[in-house]
Amino acid sequence: MSILSMQNIEKSFDNIEVLKDISFSVEEGEVVSIIGPSGSGKSTLLRCATFLETIDSGLIAYNDEPVTTMVDGKCVYAKDLNNFRKRFGLVFQNFNLFPHYSVLKNMMDAPVSVLGRDKAEVEEECMALLKKMGLEDRADAYPCQLSGGQQQRVSIVRALAMKPEILFFDEPTSALDPELTGEVLKVIKELADENMTMVIVTHEMAFARAVSDRVIFMADGVIVEQGAPEDVFGDTQNERTKQFLANYNR
Amino acid sequence: MDLMTMVLKMSEGLGKTCAIFFLTLLFSLPLGMIVALLRRSKNKIVSNVTRFFISVLRGTPLMLQLIAVTYGPYYLFGLTVSRNKLIPVVIAFAINYAAYFAEIYRSGIDSMPVGQYEAAEVLGYSKVQTFMKIILPQVIRRILPSMTNEIVTLVKDTSMAFTVSYQEMFTIGKQIANSQTSFMPFIVAGVFYYVFNAIVGFAMGKVEDKMNYYEM
Repeated sequence: MSILSMQNIEKSFDNIEVLKDISFSVEEGEVVSIIGPSGSGKSTLLRCATFLETIDSGLIAYNDEPVTTMVDGKCVYAKDLNNFRKRFGLVFQNFNLFPHYSVLKNMMDAPVSVLGRDKAEVEEECMALLKKMGLEDRADAYPCQLSGGQQQRVSIVRALAMKPEILFFDEPTSALDPELTGEVLKVIKELADENMTMVIVTHEMAFARAVSDRVIFMADGVIVEQGAPEDVFGDTQNERTKQFLANYNR
Repeated sequence: MDLMTMVLKMSEGLGKTCAIFFLTLLFSLPLGMIVALLRRSKNKIVSNVTRFFISVLRGTPLMLQLIAVTYGPYYLFGLTVSRNKLIPVVIAFAINYAAYFAEIYRSGIDSMPVGQYEAAEVLGYSKVQTFMKIILPQVIRRILPSMTNEIVTLVKDTSMAFTVSYQEMFTIGKQIANSQTSFMPFIVAGVFYYVFNAIVGFAMGKVEDKMNYYEM
């Protein structure tokens, strides 16, 4: 059973096709990296998977439970999308932490006020997560008091506090300088080692190669090629992939 | 009439001045939010009608609106003008200030980055939760300086109630000035407003300090 399955996804913005008949699925424990040039539809694909964008047609399902169904050629979404939202987490490129909440409140508020969980219990879990990140002494700090790398790590633990089955990353290090990138990538690597199911849109090729079970190369709204990292990065036979990767191997 | 008697007499109207001030805030602050949300409505008719009302309320003198609300019912429907003018005065003030507050709220809401909405949506917050817990607290922080401006203006605008002879402080002062042919009551009124606004400014400063515990 796939955790996430997206079949024949089509998405246009103002008549410009951004996703052209894309199909892919993610299995439990799998780490999938999506690479490709800007404008290839990588981020849109993630935003469709997390319902930030609605697809024009296609099927999205979590654990084989359909999120969308096609009725008379129209794409219809399930009524209770929150039932699906609690299964995934999304880490944004620019963190999107709530600036008026402390680190701990950023993490605790959704589990408590959205999932209705016990406050004391959530606090204990969140503190444990912060401790794992080495951020326990920053629990009462506000996002503005943290470095970019720390903010992104907090946004990762905020997503983890919801106990998602799958975690999406939308270019998690693109807003960070190289020095801070490492600490975020290290966290993602640790999650991979713990068998967290993840889909990572990234421009960090070396990282994608090291951490992924599968790499998807997208260009112009289609999946050009996908496979094990050694195949895609090592000896791709695809001309478009070669051309893209050549920019990184200089 | 000596200065002390003057001050005492005018102080009697101060309660009414405060009544206009606080009641206007009490009604216009929430009303302004409703107007702002209607103005941002996706329904074109709703947003355009709201926009029109805002433009009328901002585009005509408050003095005119006070007269319209107080005496309009008499001229239009033959209703007797109520003896307690506080009601029409507060209605006129509340509606007028709601229009100004609505535009301030709207600019604050529009200035919020879309990422805050998206983060809340992915975490499963409902629309109401997102607005109340995530958006509104940050909007308040952003608009506080403009709100202070508007509230300081309101203090001074309460003097406008003299146009409908509501016996607030300035109206009394004006009557004394006329009967005594003295300029003194205006100076007293000026001092009253200045002190009132000094208190308002101090209080709003405290509120701003309290909300400045984070950076946007």
